Amino acid sequence: MIGFRLVKRKPLPGWAIILIPIAAIIVTLILSAIPILMAGGHLWKSYYYLFYGALGTRFNFLETFVKASPLLMTGLAVAFAFRAKFWNIGAEGQLLAGALTATALGVSLGGVSKPLVLPIIIAAGFLAGGIWASIPALLKTKLKVDDVVSTLLLNYVMIHIMGALLFGPLQQPGSSWPRSMAIVEAACYPILMARSRFHMGIPLALFAVLVVWFINKRTIFGYQSKAVGVNIRAANFGGINTTSVILWTALISGGLAGLAGVGELCAIQYRLIMDISPGYGYSGIVIAMLGNLHPIGVLLSSLFFSVIIVGAQTMSRMTGVPTYIAEVIQGTSLMVMLIFLLFTEYRIRMVRKP
Amino acid sequence: MNEILNVAFVSGLIGATMRMATPIIFATLGEIIVERSGVLNLGIEGIMLMGAMTGFLVTFASGSIWLGVFSAAIVGMILGFLMAFLAVHLGLSQHVSGLGITLFATGLAMFIYRLHFGSPTVPPIIQPFKQIAIPVLSEIPIIGRGLFTQYSLTYIAWLLIPVISVLLYKTQIGLKIRTVGENPVVADTVGVNVTLTRTLCLVGGGALMGIGGSFLTLAHQNMFLIDVIGGRGWVAIAMVIFGNWDPFKGALGALIFGFLDGLQLRLQGMGIAISFHIFLMIPYLLTIVALIGVSRRAAVPASLLKPYRREEKGG
Amino acid sequence: MVDTRQPVVRMSGITKQFLDVIANDNITFNLYPGEICALLGENGAGKTTLMNILFGYYTCDEGEISIKGENVHLSAPKGAITRGVGMIHQHFALVPSQTVLENIIIGTKSGRGIFLDIKAARQKLLRLQKRFNLQIDPDAAVWTLSVGEQQKVEILKALYRDVDILIMDEPTAVLAPAETADLFTTLRSLVDEGRSVVFITHKLNEVMDISDRIVVLRAGQVVAERVTTDTTPRELANLMVGRDVLETIERKKLDAGQSVLEIENLKALNDKKLTALKDLNLVIRQKEILGLAGISGNGQRELSEILFGIRDALEGSIKIGSKLLKFGSPSSAINLRMGRIPEDRIDTGLMLDLSVEENLILERHRSPGFHRFGLMKAGTIHQFSDELIRAYGITTVGRDAVTKSLSGGNLQKVMLARELGGSPMIVIASQPTRGLDVGAMEYIHQRILQERERGAGILLISEDLDEIFALSDRIIVMYEGEIMGEALSEEASREQIGLWMSGVST
Repeated sequence: MIGFRLVKRKPLPGWAIILIPIAAIIVTLILSAIPILMAGGHLWKSYYYLFYGALGTRFNFLETFVKASPLLMTGLAVAFAFRAKFWNIGAEGQLLAGALTATALGVSLGGVSKPLVLPIIIAAGFLAGGIWASIPALLKTKLKVDDVVSTLLLNYVMIHIMGALLFGPLQQPGSSWPRSMAIVEAACYPILMARSRFHMGIPLALFAVLVVWFINKRTIFGYQSKAVGVNIRAANFGGINTTSVILWTALISGGLAGLAGVGELCAIQYRLIMDISPGYGYSGIVIAMLGNLHPIGVLLSSLFFSVIIVGAQTMSRMTGVPTYIAEVIQGTSLMVMLIFLLFTEYRIRMVRKP
Repeated sequence: MNEILNVAFVSGLIGATMRMATPIIFATLGEIIVERSGVLNLGIEGIMLMGAMTGFLVTFASGSIWLGVFSAAIVGMILGFLMAFLAVHLGLSQHVSGLGITLFATGLAMFIYRLHFGSPTVPPIIQPFKQIAIPVLSEIPIIGRGLFTQYSLTYIAWLLIPVISVLLYKTQIGLKIRTVGENPVVADTVGVNVTLTRTLCLVGGGALMGIGGSFLTLAHQNMFLIDVIGGRGWVAIAMVIFGNWDPFKGALGALIFGFLDGLQLRLQGMGIAISFHIFLMIPYLLTIVALIGVSRRAAVPASLLKPYRREEKGG
Repeated sequence: MVDTRQPVVRMSGITKQFLDVIANDNITFNLYPGEICALLGENGAGKTTLMNILFGYYTCDEGEISIKGENVHLSAPKGAITRGVGMIHQHFALVPSQTVLENIIIGTKSGRGIFLDIKAARQKLLRLQKRFNLQIDPDAAVWTLSVGEQQKVEILKALYRDVDILIMDEPTAVLAPAETADLFTTLRSLVDEGRSVVFITHKLNEVMDISDRIVVLRAGQVVAERVTTDTTPRELANLMVGRDVLETIERKKLDAGQSVLEIENLKALNDKKLTALKDLNLVIRQKEILGLAGISGNGQRELSEILFGIRDALEGSIKIGSKLLKFGSPSSAINLRMGRIPEDRIDTGLMLDLSVEENLILERHRSPGFHRFGLMKAGTIHQFSDELIRAYGITTVGRDAVTKSLSGGNLQKVMLARELGGSPMIVIASQPTRGLDVGAMEYIHQRILQERERGAGILLISEDLDEIFALSDRIIVMYEGEIMGEALSEEASREQIGLWMSGVST
């Protein structure tokens, strides 16, 4: 009888490593045929509308970038944290912290001189997300509390803080729904391309990619956080202040997620609502993993995801396949990617069994 | 204040505590079994949602609630096996495998629900479980009504607590599970199949998680909403730590959470002028506080999070 | 001489490869009933791999195995265990938090269906304990037991399963001389009843003491088989290493200079909050090697961790040169120019998934000249790492090679390059050659002596008495957190040191 065993293999050449995510995406799309067919959709028509819907018209093409922007920011946030093995599952809450802060300032800074408003809001949103992430980081470093659980629980705490404020001081007067007042015009991200929603946040996000790449590759902090992520005991032995590294990592990670929230508020919704994030913080985790925690990888994955999300809307309209196929594809792509990554390190060997 | 202390309120609160705690108890017991064997299953939230959706769907289609519960268990087992495939057989990162399962299962649940029901303005409902009163015991003043007039699933949850405890501490398989969780090399060298043990724990735990999810759509409510699980899966993860990986203590944590959940609903209903969102926050905050207290003396299963591969070293 | 007995274990043509390394190369190995067979070879020769294959823990790529006359294909230890094979690994396979009884009965059949039959198990265990004189409290938690006692639990575990073929991997590595004698008595009584024992070791003197027959492995192949009474340690040493003479260490006579390390009244606790160091005082000077001998577990680890800066102390002071070491601060140790070679090089010392360069600059990346405005200066760093790679002869494709792709000996070189490259004032080396083959050991010994000549003071903590005697100028022995005695290496006798190691003060 034949059995299988996983055995270590020699490292793959560089060019093969690049192919892995591409192969993963292709396999994911093939596997997605199953739910599409289950939904009674015509297979090729569905694929066509999936991509046409995302890239076919000018508006949709630009919209793909609009949808990618928050995913890119949360993806960067999570990738940055995971690299140091700070398991930040709380990007969702950090995003909301940023959005909340942007709302509070956005409705009240009417009297401040116009060019100052956005920089203040952006800085404050970054700080809010960063502080929200540093709470679980402190709990981890000082009190050994598991970061997966604490970041997760804080997501729910932040949702309820938001709810309490939206039914309270931030609520639009006269409304019984949990929505805030609209932010002042100076607080709105300028739209950069006419007849679209392509806004300032997008180049900002691209800039963030460069900044994260630069930090990781060239700075002392980047080296230290990588060391902490690879072997925290050795990093400590070597004199690195691991507590400080984790705290700063959390601060930056949370800040990036917070900026995602600022973007959604100041560029898309212009007021705070309960559903401001359809789970961007959680998608960010998948995107970070798909991108192998590398900023460029995160950029490409977020574009892939937004193509799926935007395309799924059109596909749904034209073929009747529910829009939730987007989430199914996301989850599948993660698992496929993980499996492919595994096979860069291991291969299968057959063994005899009695 | 008088209103709070009257018998009806207390009795109602006890009942609500039991009810709200039930899904968490199922999920926590399932996760304890899994983590004791050395695997962290972050797919719990997704598995519960699939359990909730499947239970609802099957009940809606067949008219039988127990069939719904049963199919929720089956779905939980399948997803548990998927987690085992990724994290145990392939040895992928447990954090990421679990999150992948949650994301995948969440999407799948919504997808299938939408496929079957579309988006009607009035959500479809089913005939939920009815509460069953245990004769004599439910007549006990104050606590009787709350404790002994409950759903069948709640009674099952309560019975499961000592059963799981005996399983872990007094049986052969319990010793195997605990040894695999503490030191898989030890288990391997005495002939215990580490992979099989962990897989069985994930499958069994998954069944419990699926049932816990179905409670929310088949007893607690009678419809399926996208946020029906509401983070209870994550709370179960926290309760496992809070309970130091022990079934009784974990259930105690679930009870506390259920109590706060129930209290919050009641106070809200009485128009107490505190924003109910503040109340909703409290259980999560208290869980974090509890975790701080517990993390110092945690009896973490030593092999948690480490995949087991035999031929890593040469020579 | 042809052996006419029937072997109880027959292994032929055994071949096993890991990536690039052929660990077992067409090995034939037989084991006969009623004998203690020593499997001798230096570290990395393939002894453990071969026995792991017999035990079913590894599967061989090629070859046949028969146990008690039956051909077997083993894919898991279970197959070997049911046929009476038991293996006690170097690192005990015990669960510290569970009791002795639980550790022993795991995986065995119970008389009460699915429930554990503690009562019957306890009775069987007590009977075995009496028969073989291995007394241990069945309800004690394993973490409370001493290493020698834990080994007894491992033996009881095998006996509980009616083992006929017992494999022991380097069993005396963690025992005091008195406990070793105990172990040999036990093994004799097992074998007198017809069982067989395979005794894996690299220690020549023990092989002569305990074994009936010796099989020598070198670089994955069987190079010789001898009956113990027909051979000598010298012949075995030749066979093991393939050269006429083992390592010769030449230690020049040097005059010690100023003190570089002064430890005063050091008190510390271990992880279980019990006393690890009682009131330690020692001084090391320039150009001097102080050998700290002693069985593991007597406070050496805690001492080295305090010196490294990764553990706090209760009381006392440590001065490097004339400056005070700050407890619990690795950077303090680094800044005071301490070269640190930890016992556990892989886990504590190196970051395997990073490149060689990234490991080499770990302690220097914030030194002046290596950075500017928070950015790392690539040019300076590249130059630095290339120079170290060259100076220490590290075999690697380049500074960007992933560290885990390096061999064991080269990993140690990376560690040495990092720690010694900056000409430290004091070097703390904790078990620096444990698990390495003779070639690597020689290299490290040479480096340590070079540092001594250069002017450093060195604290050598080691369980290997040969190493201690060869390298040290002075020898001290630690037992239960205290120094039992001190002697100049020229004047000390092994008996004396052995007595101190067992806690006998003279």
